[in-house]
Amino acid sequence: MKSLDQVRVTYQEEYRHKTAKNRIVVGLGTCGIAAGGEKVMTAIKEQAAARGLDVAVDLTSCIGMCYREPMVEVAVAGAPSVIYGDIYPDKVEMLLESIETKTPVYEWAAMQIPNGAVPYEGIAVMDQSPYYQKQVRSVTSRLGRTNPESIVDYMATGGYEGIEKALKMDRMAVIDEVKKSGLRGRGGAGFPTGTKWNFVYGAPGDKKYAVCNADEGDPGAFMDRSVLEGDPHSVLEGMMIGGYAIGADEGYIYCRAEYPLAIKRLNLAIAQAEEHGLLGEDILGSGFNFTIKIKAGAGAFVCGEETALLNSIEGLRGMPRVRPPFPAIKGLFGKPTTLNNVETYANVPFIIRKGADWYAAMGTEKSKGSKVFCLTGKVNNTGLMEVPMGITLRDIIFSIGGGIQDGKAFKAVQSGGPSGGCIPAEHLDTPIDYESLGALGAIMGSGGLVVMDENTCMVDVAKFFLNFTQLESCGKCTPCREGTKRMLEILQKICDGKGEMADIDTLELLCRVIKGSSLCALGQTAPNPIATTLRYFRDEYEAHIKDHRCPAGVCSALLVYSVQADKCNGCGACRRACPVGAITGEKKAVHVIDTAVCIKCGACFQKCKFDAILRA
Amino acid sequence: MAGYKCESGELSREEALAQLLDQYRDYQGGLIPVLQEAQNIYGYLPREVLQQIAGELRIPFSKVFGVCTFYAQFHLKPRGRNIVRVCLGTACHVRGGARIFEAAQESLGVGQGGTTEDLRFTLETVACIGACGLSPCMMVNDETHGRLVPKRVGGIFESYQ
Repeated sequence: MKSLDQVRVTYQEEYRHKTAKNRIVVGLGTCGIAAGGEKVMTAIKEQAAARGLDVAVDLTSCIGMCYREPMVEVAVAGAPSVIYGDIYPDKVEMLLESIETKTPVYEWAAMQIPNGAVPYEGIAVMDQSPYYQKQVRSVTSRLGRTNPESIVDYMATGGYEGIEKALKMDRMAVIDEVKKSGLRGRGGAGFPTGTKWNFVYGAPGDKKYAVCNADEGDPGAFMDRSVLEGDPHSVLEGMMIGGYAIGADEGYIYCRAEYPLAIKRLNLAIAQAEEHGLLGEDILGSGFNFTIKIKAGAGAFVCGEETALLNSIEGLRGMPRVRPPFPAIKGLFGKPTTLNNVETYANVPFIIRKGADWYAAMGTEKSKGSKVFCLTGKVNNTGLMEVPMGITLRDIIFSIGGGIQDGKAFKAVQSGGPSGGCIPAEHLDTPIDYESLGALGAIMGSGGLVVMDENTCMVDVAKFFLNFTQLESCGKCTPCREGTKRMLEILQKICDGKGEMADIDTLELLCRVIKGSSLCALGQTAPNPIATTLRYFRDEYEAHIKDHRCPAGVCSALLVYSVQADKCNGCGACRRACPVGAITGEKKAVHVIDTAVCIKCGACFQKCKFDAILRA
Repeated sequence: MAGYKCESGELSREEALAQLLDQYRDYQGGLIPVLQEAQNIYGYLPREVLQQIAGELRIPFSKVFGVCTFYAQFHLKPRGRNIVRVCLGTACHVRGGARIFEAAQESLGVGQGGTTEDLRFTLETVACIGACGLSPCMMVNDETHGRLVPKRVGGIFESYQ
């Protein structure tokens, strides 16, 4: 077998040379670009040239702190590199000066990475900073650190060592190693990856496929996007190892069309891997052939379901198939197929390279390793994080996430998207693994965590998810197609203040029936948001029904606006803001809202600077 | 979408479609990529194009139409030059995505799925574009705009012709 050692040594040298110089690295993931990262990069290049400053400008992906984007790393040779947050073009000049003066701009610094030098005082070292202290970085280790568009960076940091090692192993030994690591599917269901591969390995047939599910459709989830944009080669390498293990010669990545940057970087990575003889025929002289094709999704949430995804790749409507037969026996184009999630594949090269024992040392008894989560919603630090399994939700939301925005009270966290559930405050100390989240009525899901505060109405949230699932239901089976629509209607009725107590019983019945009789996971899990909110926030449903009141002040049909006489100074701002003329009052006298005319738009509430408008 | 560029220069739409169909004639599961590319060429999927695709790929027209109407990405009517997609995913929902959508509707004067008369904009909603860390957000064409407030929305549209 041919060895990559020679190439690797060259690339390590190149990488060492690059990172030893003065350089500025701009975070250009989708989040960084959306925050204006490209403009910052242009400004850096122009101003550095104008100054005649010898500095290399490089790009990387999202390091995870979305709340501080655009982020820029400034590395002065021989000194710690400092990562700055909220950098806009007007701040570039100061950053360039900081290279000349070799003094960091302390007030903008988010953290530093010492790189063997003595750390600056007054700037948190990355591993000890509040956001990263409780994280582990394995799948995400290259995110925000290397250039995802460069195979040099990938190979210099251990990339493609996994496939090289795997190709020297027996195929069954590769599967055993993955089994031993305890890796479970990161797409949500948590099926043991090694076991799945074993099924496909054992399935009769000479043509097999390895498919990567990158149709990350859960609202509130962007783990897969971040990994694809930040470390595309690791996903390719994981697929190659999987393909080798099961005996496949063709791989497909099914990626949502909403992720154009991920698709671009994947295409680039595939071309680079092909140039290096890592994809194609007789890879590294081992006799193993493997190619990877990208299929862009066409906008259907249900295609995240594995059999619907296969239909979509085949050019059909993305409707789920009846199982059995399972894809392991009869999958893509009727051939044995393994389907794994992006994060699952990205874990594999690390497991092969560092060994199953290294991986299994992280996590809990039944859920090994680390998991990438996306923390969003009403939390201070929104972003991407990788944590060991078994960490508590409290650690994630309060230590890493920095608590709730504006000092509000925590109400619930929604895990697993439209298929998941809302977890209330009393369960914040539950260690996260597949089983414990399942016991709470939620699911691990792909890793989206949406935090909700006291101003979030749980009935409204349930309605939001049901609206989503009923729109995305493919329509093949009746329980999902009709059931989700009926549930949505009942929730709408409750939010409009027209609900009856019997509606709660009907909802519970529908939850059971839809869960038990739907064809695929979309329908089977669609009732979860309702079931969990009924379980933990039943009082809110009852307040809507019995008292015609929305405790969180969200459901507009149930709100009543009034002016608090003691706070109103008669400025008239509300009167002028009211689109229907429901507010009257003399100048400098207490104003009054005519509830018969009021359309409950909330314009007065937003306009009042004195908190004099009461919404109840 | 006046011309469809390829390596040999500008092709007419018909030539581009013919070239595309040649490329995918014997390709397993090629219908969706063909529809995607054809939509890139024409901006939407006119009936005659669907008929031609069905004929050339030897797939019943009913099946082609079924696939077209199943996926949110395919459009049977002409669309604007710029596609605005306001995110109404969970993270954007709890951070006021609905108000951004209202502002967009007001600014463009069209509702969900609507196209402005001058064909400059089409307004759509999307269930998540994965930029939740910057919610509320929207996409105009392939560009993501994050941390929006209703007031800023109109100004963003101005830079798209």
